[in-house]
Amino acid sequence: MNVVCTMEKRNMIIKIQGEIDHHTSEALREKIDKAYERYNAKNIIFDFSEIPFMDSSGIGVIMGRYRNSSQKGGQVAIVHLQPQIERVFQLSGLYKIIHRYETIDEALKMLQ
Amino acid sequence: MQYENEMKIEFMSKSQNEAFARVVVAAFVSQLDPTLEELSDIKTAVSEAVTNAVIHGYENGPGMIYLACRLEGNETYIEIQDKGKGIEDIKQAMEPLYTSKPELERSGMGFTVMETFMDVVEVRSIPGEGTTVYMMKRLHSV
Ligand SMILES: Nc1ncnc2c1ncn2[C@@H]1O[C@H](COP(=O)(O)OP(=O)(O)OP(=O)(O)O)[C@@H](O)[C@H]1O
Ligand SMILES: [Mg+2]
Repeated sequence: MNVVCTMEKRNMIIKIQGEIDHHTSEALREKIDKAYERYNAKNIIFDFSEIPFMDSSGIGVIMGRYRNSSQKGGQVAIVHLQPQIERVFQLSGLYKIIHRYETIDEALKMLQ
Repeated sequence: MQYENEMKIEFMSKSQNEAFARVVVAAFVSQLDPTLEELSDIKTAVSEAVTNAVIHGYENGPGMIYLACRLEGNETYIEIQDKGKGIEDIKQAMEPLYTSKPELERSGMGFTVMETFMDVVEVRSIPGEGTTVYMMKRLHSV
């Protein structure tokens, strides 16, 4: 799994290449949390375009990041979901707390 | 046409083997020419059950996980077993959002994912002896 975090003002864009399961989620969590602190980020945008697989471990990762960012008054958004993952998202009820956009630009425009 | 095939494997309870298990099952089921959606449903359900064996059954400690897969006509049967700690209250365990490990950022959605993506999910468990998850999915593409 490859994770790249880039900053756009106080929005942290996280691009992940690879599958999210229990095994990969531990390192993923650590990388995101470190970068989030270091860059003093507020909002988080997950770019899902190169994530072919995610199970319920990914739901836990996103909920945990949502908790961290809401403590700073931030929000979490996702872009470019694959169909398999879309269905895991729908089940999880994550859409109640997480915004979904078509593109990173759209997410950046909407997040304050 | 009647079709029948079966495979069984066992592997150590390690998080690395979650991906291994779902890929093996997907490769085995592929001989029925399932759709991509059917295949990813099966992979996700297998991943959930194996992950539960690793995290809850063996609590990230040592142990073996037993996986069997049988193809019969257009039906895929999958059995995933651990000889770990077992489940006291299966009904509660299968409720959406129930997790015994919220401190590990688990969401309590594993069984709900399995039940949504497969046609049948049954759990048998004896505390102190282990847990077996039985799943079946009918492939409409066959
Ligand atoms: N193989 C198992 N052995 C022992 N307990 C289990 C096993 N599988 C599930 N459980 C119990 O059932 C509960 C619910 O499982 P489920 O997969 O739905 O959620 P979770 O694993 O807690 O969270 P998630 O799967 O969303 O990460 C677990 O928290 C655990 O207490
Ligand atoms: Mg689980």
